[in-house]
Amino acid sequence: MHFLQPTSWDEALEARAELPGGLPVAGGTDVMVDLNFRRCHPAALIDLGRVPGLGEVSADGGWLRIGAAATYEHLMTALRHDFPALALAARTVGSPQIRHRGTIGGNLGTASPAGDAHPPLLAAGADVEVASQSGIRRIAIADFFTGPKRNAMAPDELISAVHVPRASGPQQFAKVGTRNAMVIAVCSLALALHPDRRRVGTGIGSAGPVPLAAAEAERFLEGVLGEDGLWERPRPLGEAVRGRFADLVASAARPVDDVRGSAAYRVHALRVLAGRVLDWTWADYLAAGPRHEAPAGRGVAG
Amino acid sequence: MKLRLTVNGEPREIGEVGADESLLTVLRDSLGLTGTKNACEQGECGSCSVYLDGGLVCSCLVPAGQAEGADVGTVEGLAGYRDLDPVQEAFAQAGAIQCGFCTPGLVMAVHDLLRRVPDPSDGQIREALAGNLCRCTGYQKIISAVRLAAGRVNGHHGY
Repeated sequence: MHFLQPTSWDEALEARAELPGGLPVAGGTDVMVDLNFRRCHPAALIDLGRVPGLGEVSADGGWLRIGAAATYEHLMTALRHDFPALALAARTVGSPQIRHRGTIGGNLGTASPAGDAHPPLLAAGADVEVASQSGIRRIAIADFFTGPKRNAMAPDELISAVHVPRASGPQQFAKVGTRNAMVIAVCSLALALHPDRRRVGTGIGSAGPVPLAAAEAERFLEGVLGEDGLWERPRPLGEAVRGRFADLVASAARPVDDVRGSAAYRVHALRVLAGRVLDWTWADYLAAGPRHEAPAGRGVAG
Repeated sequence: MKLRLTVNGEPREIGEVGADESLLTVLRDSLGLTGTKNACEQGECGSCSVYLDGGLVCSCLVPAGQAEGADVGTVEGLAGYRDLDPVQEAFAQAGAIQCGFCTPGLVMAVHDLLRRVPDPSDGQIREALAGNLCRCTGYQKIISAVRLAAGRVNGHHGY
């Protein structure tokens, strides 16, 4: 087994192309567990830790570019205003030791249905930027996950970044586990309001073969907020709206029974989480006060 | 492959390191620094916590090759020639030690916390130590030790 340390992105792509059996590693928090337990035997490790700038977060107009090697520790603070759902999710990952090392690119590479970054990326409508020696392409997050621990990448590609619209409204993330730390989610849920484009985004984690969006719940809430003029003049949402939204989120899940929880519990817990994240998100939106009729693209403080 | 790194301020060189080896096995098996403990090998327990270029990490999850040229600090490097580090002293005085296996990792995590947050709240202490397990479940005395150490670090030199 080889240990390769490319010192530029081009070298990393070259190594990836030449060694399709090589395993890219950044923070090591997933890869090393598999190696320590002899669960995988890659031909080589391709260490991305020496590629300059791979962990940078930058803003370009209304979009954020989050470098693949950005750590959860960094995201917790760097995304507090522009992508709060991911900042919140990052804080629930593992422990300080894990957050110091684990990266968003690693989470996407592993593509676990329980990955904590995935529900916020779905709720925000992110694109994953992947690269190979033949070029760069962007994969919509909804198309990125193809099965449990499988993604849409070709064997010669590396994840270079995630692109996501900057938050134009409040976002929340909630996760159920046996502790507040060091847990793989039993289930999780992200909710994002996008008042600039009058859209609602959701992401469900750990309750299906892949991370899922609750499309019907999104359309329902968009309908309620649109028909009643609540985007412009927010008022408290009734119990019926809350209950219907929660039911639609729960019905979008496709969970299985496993060691962390039963399918029935996950559906129940998602219904509870959906009510809560809607309460929190809408409370934030109400607190920001009424808005004038906003032209498309105008942001609203979250 | 060959590995060169700085451990507790001293340059060290290891002649042969496997590509799939962790920093933890290098510290314990190649360098004989057995203060850093090996338990879960999956980042769950925190007993292998060390500093890697100034950040707290689980050394079992760091590929050894990534530590090439790095500055590593282990529990052995905390105490001076005569004196224990204030965190170590506080653990001893508060009785925050039962079997002792988790102690080096917890001492490292507390040392890291007090460098960043000199006067942590209970919530901050709990969040900072969430990645370190004590199977004797002696957490109350560990938290007392953090408060004791925080008082001393603030009262004297600080980190």
